[in-house]
Amino acid sequence: MTAVPLRRRRAPSLPVAWRRPAALAGALVLLAWVVVALIVPLLPLEDPLRQSVGAAFQAPSAAHLFGTDQLGRDVLSRTLWGVRSSLPLAVALVAGSLVIGSVLGALAGYLGGVVDEVIMRVADLVFAFPTIILAMVVAAALGPSLVNAVIALLIVSWPNYARVMRALVLGARGQEYVIAGRLLGAGPLTSLRRDVLPNVSAPMLVLAMLDFGNQILLLAGLSFLGLGAVPPTPEWGSMVADGVVQFSSWWLATFPGLAIFSVVVAFNLIGDSLRDALDPRTAGAVQGSSI
Amino acid sequence: MTGLEITGLTLELNGRRILDGVDVSAPAGQVTGLAGESGSGKTMTGLAVMGLQPAGSKVGGTVSYDDGEVQVADLLSLRPGALNRMRARRIAMVFQDPSSSLQPMLSIGAQLTDHVRHHLGLSRQAARTRAVELLERVQVPSPEAALKRYPHQFSGGQLQRIAFAIAIACEPKVLIADEPTTALDVTVQAGVLRLLRGLTDDLGLAVLLVTHDLGVMSAVADTVAVMRHGVVVEHGSRYQVIREPRTEYARELVESLPHTPPPGTGEPE
Amino acid sequence: MRYLAIRLGLSAVLLVGVTIITFVLTNLVPGDPITAALGERAAGDPKIVAAYREAQGLDKPPVVQYFVYLGNLLHGDLGTSIGTRNPVVQDLAYAFPATAELAVFAILVAVVIGLTLALVAALRRNRLSDQLIRAVSVVGISVPTFWLAVAAYFLFFFVLHWTPGSGRLSAFYDAPPRVTGLFTVDALLAGQPDVAGDALAHLVLPGMVLAVYTLGLLVRFARSSILDVLNQDYVRAARAKGLPGRRVITAYLLRGALLPILTIVGLAFGSLLSGAVLTEQVFAWGGIGQYAYRASTALDLPSIMGVGLIVGAVYITVNFVIDVVYGFVDPRVRVG
Repeated sequence: MTAVPLRRRRAPSLPVAWRRPAALAGALVLLAWVVVALIVPLLPLEDPLRQSVGAAFQAPSAAHLFGTDQLGRDVLSRTLWGVRSSLPLAVALVAGSLVIGSVLGALAGYLGGVVDEVIMRVADLVFAFPTIILAMVVAAALGPSLVNAVIALLIVSWPNYARVMRALVLGARGQEYVIAGRLLGAGPLTSLRRDVLPNVSAPMLVLAMLDFGNQILLLAGLSFLGLGAVPPTPEWGSMVADGVVQFSSWWLATFPGLAIFSVVVAFNLIGDSLRDALDPRTAGAVQGSSI
Repeated sequence: MTGLEITGLTLELNGRRILDGVDVSAPAGQVTGLAGESGSGKTMTGLAVMGLQPAGSKVGGTVSYDDGEVQVADLLSLRPGALNRMRARRIAMVFQDPSSSLQPMLSIGAQLTDHVRHHLGLSRQAARTRAVELLERVQVPSPEAALKRYPHQFSGGQLQRIAFAIAIACEPKVLIADEPTTALDVTVQAGVLRLLRGLTDDLGLAVLLVTHDLGVMSAVADTVAVMRHGVVVEHGSRYQVIREPRTEYARELVESLPHTPPPGTGEPE
Repeated sequence: MRYLAIRLGLSAVLLVGVTIITFVLTNLVPGDPITAALGERAAGDPKIVAAYREAQGLDKPPVVQYFVYLGNLLHGDLGTSIGTRNPVVQDLAYAFPATAELAVFAILVAVVIGLTLALVAALRRNRLSDQLIRAVSVVGISVPTFWLAVAAYFLFFFVLHWTPGSGRLSAFYDAPPRVTGLFTVDALLAGQPDVAGDALAHLVLPGMVLAVYTLGLLVRFARSSILDVLNQDYVRAARAKGLPGRRVITAYLLRGALLPILTIVGLAFGSLLSGAVLTEQVFAWGGIGQYAYRASTALDLPSIMGVGLIVGAVYITVNFVIDVVYGFVDPRVRVG
């Protein structure tokens, strides 16, 4: 009988990802937005809420680089202020679904039995709806507000994390070193914390990074539909919606749209590079959905 | 000499030299064993001959082919199209695990006839008839029915017989068998090895048998080449290499490698 | 057959689950739907409210209410839309074909272009063409669909005049006699090729916009599925058989990647339905998406839940069909 190798699988190092130019570009774009979010009140901008009906629908000019909207508000100022509602909410949303989904998924995978059945069947149910439809239905039932939009998206987002977490826990549970640990007397919780979680945290973080862009799109989409941000909050999705009303004023939709795109693409580039650095195969475990 | 002659074969992948001048010859009508630990380069040698080395690798040296009818001075310098015409038609290959080397979603009939029709230009009907003969030759029961079935409906041993049928379907003169029994149950290994020996003798094949298992080697090989770090360190008759190895490494290898002949093949004489 | 029965059973269970979700959500909001249904003044009168509650079965325990609700659904009664005052079923019956036409067009575009790009990228891994295709795919999944719709409409209609304006038909055409509800098909059935052409011209821009996200998603996942198969022994074995490259790709490689790709297409269909809500709004398409938008902004719960039900049902059906196709394609499932 040969000895069972008691080797822990070493998680590949994530910093490798930063050597890729795409990831670096994404990180720089994101950093720029974080800086904007922090210092936007100090910038020499017009008040994003100040209306001036006489100056409505002005095309981009030296006075208003991005033009003005239907109420004469400065689009540049509103676009830059918009990051203050999109980014923190997206972070809260992803962190929330990551925590809820991971806990439920880990419980399902580790305890099995009835707990597993109940959690996974509820997850299946959520999966039976296209993301934004269910989020729309929930947001409509709760009433329009950014917080309710986040709650609605939490409800539709956690199952993705739970599924991946459950699969990872089930996979890790069968590893020799975990079984050996259990045989040597580690309790289920000790084993979960010491042997299982360290090995699943990296893929879960990659999943979260890849999910960021998605969540920002969904959040902006709900606001676009009037189910998220309430006027006059400067929010990118609802700013694009303003542009739908007045097609000839192309600048209304263009700049907030580009803002959304730049943030989402930055997150996706970082997420992709992290995933490739970690393991090209995780791609299969990540579910695609939404807008 | 008819058969395959590998001279100074080198292979470099990502700056690493995997083959460092392999010299080995596989004459017609004989089984030439290529032994070595994993990582010694024996499988890569087989793949390089077929032109199936991993993308991005640099290959050097010469591989000459001669079956009395067709002579190729160097397979490695053939254009891709010309090399593709050699594959299966002149040089065929059998892989380690038949459950992964056969397409799970394609019927046995399709996998047994597509290359026959391509290389030999047979009609669908003629290719089918030939497929039935081939399955009979490799002793797969009820060949007619087997053609309509899919890989998952066969046992590992049956699948490897089918893989041999596919390999010999276009009447090649050289067969490269890469660990053909390693993935099989011990109980069916002997049968597959007897089949390999039978095909070698009946069809006059030059067989290059890649394996780490000296038991397999001693059961069917005529000569054995021992590889280490991408070079052949010893090449001689099976008896000589296994019983009286000349180099220290070959001696250690003989002692360390599994050395139980599959049941039913008997000890080497 | 056993496989089909299990799949069918699972789909049925999911459908029931969808009705539970819509039921719970409808009842999540305490007073508002009654106010919305009766109007401010009537809702202020407790007697009228009580009578309404009794008539709607709202005074019974929730479980009973659910079965009443389910019974109504089975009779095709999804309630009355508060916005249009029509039965929700009737509204949906008119809106659904519009969305179906758009979605089918978009999924065809996304699948044909997406899978081709994915194959090229996988076969030319890490070369320039692969890098370019991956960049296109990342852009595709990063562009907000609703913004793309606005931008495309502005550019191609407003500035360039290449495409017709919003809606499903030009103003000077009448809708063809209704058979399927799909304008292109109905127009051809009625022998009006000019109407069919006009309907198709109206489909192109929203269809393309809708396809972009799905296309990016498909390229991303199909590429990695094909790469997985490329590393399989049987692809190498097929090459060792000296088969022409085309045969190796179609018979061995793509056949091997077919199952994961089918799964991805099913998932992608969900993203397409989501995108339809956002696209239809911009193009005034008059389908389920626009109906859902109108309903959710007006807090028209019966209509919203109707949309939730039908979209959930369509999504479940599509994935059931994909499971069935799976069964036909994969010999391991087919026989075992």
